[in-house]
Amino acid sequence: MGLLDAFLGRSKPRGPNLDAVFALPNAALTLQLGGGYRPTGFASVCYREAEGADFDRIEADLDALLARSSPRRQRDAYGYTWLVLHRPGDDVAGLVTDLHAAVSTLQAEGFGPALLCALVGFVDGAGHPLGLVYLSKRGTFYPFAPAPAAGVEQRDSARELQVRALLQRELPFEPDLSRWFPVWGAPGLTG
Amino acid sequence: MAKTRFAPDRGLTARMVITMVLLLVLYLVLAGALWLLFGESGSVLIWAGLPMLMLWGQWWYSDKLALAGMRAREVTPAEAPQLHAMVDRLCALADMPKPRVAIAVTDMPNAFATGRNPDNAVVCVTTGIMKRLDERELEAVLAHELAHVGHRDVTVMTIASTVGVLAGVLMRSVAWSSMGRSRDNSAAAFLVVALVGIVVYAVSFLLTRLLSRYRELSADRAGAILIGQPATLASALVKISGDMTRVPQKDLRAAEPYNAFFVVPAFMHGRRDLGALFSTHPPLEQRLDQLARLSAELGRPTG
Repeated sequence: MGLLDAFLGRSKPRGPNLDAVFALPNAALTLQLGGGYRPTGFASVCYREAEGADFDRIEADLDALLARSSPRRQRDAYGYTWLVLHRPGDDVAGLVTDLHAAVSTLQAEGFGPALLCALVGFVDGAGHPLGLVYLSKRGTFYPFAPAPAAGVEQRDSARELQVRALLQRELPFEPDLSRWFPVWGAPGLTG
Repeated sequence: MAKTRFAPDRGLTARMVITMVLLLVLYLVLAGALWLLFGESGSVLIWAGLPMLMLWGQWWYSDKLALAGMRAREVTPAEAPQLHAMVDRLCALADMPKPRVAIAVTDMPNAFATGRNPDNAVVCVTTGIMKRLDERELEAVLAHELAHVGHRDVTVMTIASTVGVLAGVLMRSVAWSSMGRSRDNSAAAFLVVALVGIVVYAVSFLLTRLLSRYRELSADRAGAILIGQPATLASALVKISGDMTRVPQKDLRAAEPYNAFFVVPAFMHGRRDLGALFSTHPPLEQRLDQLARLSAELGRPTG
């Protein structure tokens, strides 16, 4: 937000920046070959549901548009809605196309600023989940790896940094580590 | 700019600009008067220097001062995971750096944001507000506070209040220097200057309060747009405003200096009709009206 807008007290809602998502299919390949992570076939878009009847119509439109990815919607504990997409196998390209379609639809309807993030789920050989989170406002990614210990909300920072090192050349990572917020139990992370 | 459903509120922006221009004019008039009176001897620097330095200190250390004044404590993500997660997500939505998060242990339901810039900002909620609001409403209040951070309201209001401080300087310096003089004509001249100072002070006070109310409306608007739920912010405001009048007086008076950063004013001066001119926050009905309009904009089909 520009300084002038700040002083005039009119913040301009920030729309999504989607340019980087199409680098995901290639990054998924690198992640599989170099890190032993395979895609779970799940991905999700997280947005802030707006009040009003018109938003309900848009959600119904989305369901029809994304029918091939069998979309379902889930509310999380923070009041955000996750639109979970699933494609069998490792069709990351198909998932990314549908992610993009979902985001574009919301944007075209004027709800671009309501988007929080998108997430693609991976799992390593031992079954530990990894989420590649896309910060749609910033156009950057960050990894989210919950620690294996059950019942404790702790991040496996070492694993996250390994993934960043592995993919640094393929994806733009979020440089500000304070924006790597945890998405515990995010729908789409494990299914 | 992203496509959104919300039409910009040009009326509010225009009113705010007019207020700021008027304050700037007052500022120039005052600075000129001070310079004419004391510029030659250079004593203007002494008269104005200390108050301005104090104002600068209040701005620079606004985060520490406000936290200390409210006896609030900064909390880590481990201590308050829910609160941090809310702020995390709101900051990602708004694409702004995450401020520090603090909690004040008091039953007074309120929240404030302070800090000289977004990188040094802190948002604080009281235990009272966390007890009374549900999670969605608390989030709406946080969105309002983050809007204050994004709009740099601490800086804007500090700059705006320099006018009042300078007017105070003028009056005091006139009072002091006239004591040493006894000639009649200069006494009359100084009386005029003192009167001008009083009038300017009064006008600048009203303008600053007016600006503060506009900034509150802007923050309501931006906060409601951010979460896409104007009605949730409205219900939060209704809940805490109703509660504000029932909390003990002693606590309220102690909190009064921090009113400027609160989500609802802790203390009401006088009655509503006259009080409206002096208050830092717009009346609840006006805030609810604006939120209802936003709600209508959201529901309107775009086809």
